[in-house]
Amino acid sequence: MKLHYKVPGDDFTRAGEASGEVKRKLKRLGFDSDVVRRMTISIYEAEINMAIHAGGGVVDVEIMPDRITAVLTDDGPGIPDLDKAMQEGWSTAPDNIRSLGFGAGMGLPNIKKYTDILKIDTVVGKGTTLTMAVLIKPE
Amino acid sequence: MTVTELVKRLNLEILVEGDGSREVTGGYAGDLLSWVMGRAREGDAWITVMGNLNAIAVAVLSDTACIILSEDAALDKDARERAVTEGIPILRSSETSFQLAVKIDRLLHNYKYNVDGFSTHRY
Repeated sequence: MKLHYKVPGDDFTRAGEASGEVKRKLKRLGFDSDVVRRMTISIYEAEINMAIHAGGGVVDVEIMPDRITAVLTDDGPGIPDLDKAMQEGWSTAPDNIRSLGFGAGMGLPNIKKYTDILKIDTVVGKGTTLTMAVLIKPE
Repeated sequence: MTVTELVKRLNLEILVEGDGSREVTGGYAGDLLSWVMGRAREGDAWITVMGNLNAIAVAVLSDTACIILSEDAALDKDARERAVTEGIPILRSSETSFQLAVKIDRLLHNYKYNVDGFSTHRY
């Protein structure tokens, strides 16, 4: 099953629509709650990142029996220092974002923690593509 | 212990009823949303002062049993509506996050010991 969503760039209330809907679909398909949780939190973090830093973007999700993959693509400013961005607590989010409860510098670290596969392609001035997957372990 | 029992024991104000039959298996206190998503566990009672729409999304995605707003923190109108739709119980107290966390920890432990038939005087 393939799903496609647009993430708006300036509306933090709408960022989260993709992860919310993916969660409902995965639950309905009967995926394990831990798998659903790890995948949808990761998509939400990436959606928020795109809304804060990149003026929005698109999310493509593919649901397979053995893995769930999400590709998040934006045409934003790119990530100049990826090593720093992967560190817990490092953030460039502005103050108005912090007052919403974001900007703790935990977005990418959370995604890395919760996904089994994470690939980040970023070019400064051009944009960023995050490819992430959670693998379904056979019982 | 269910959310409904927790409400009674802590005398919490109910802002959104939600699924009161959810089992509370632990607790987490925090206001930074990504921190909560990285650390809170499924079934936790989440204590926070964040009453915005994003907090509801975090509770849904993290599978917390409920949100408890400490120190009479405000719940935004759109957040309340989303919580109703999602069935997330939103509760409120005038006590601090610290006080609530201590009480919940005590309740959960005593409850477990009661159910297991062991001492209720763990603390």
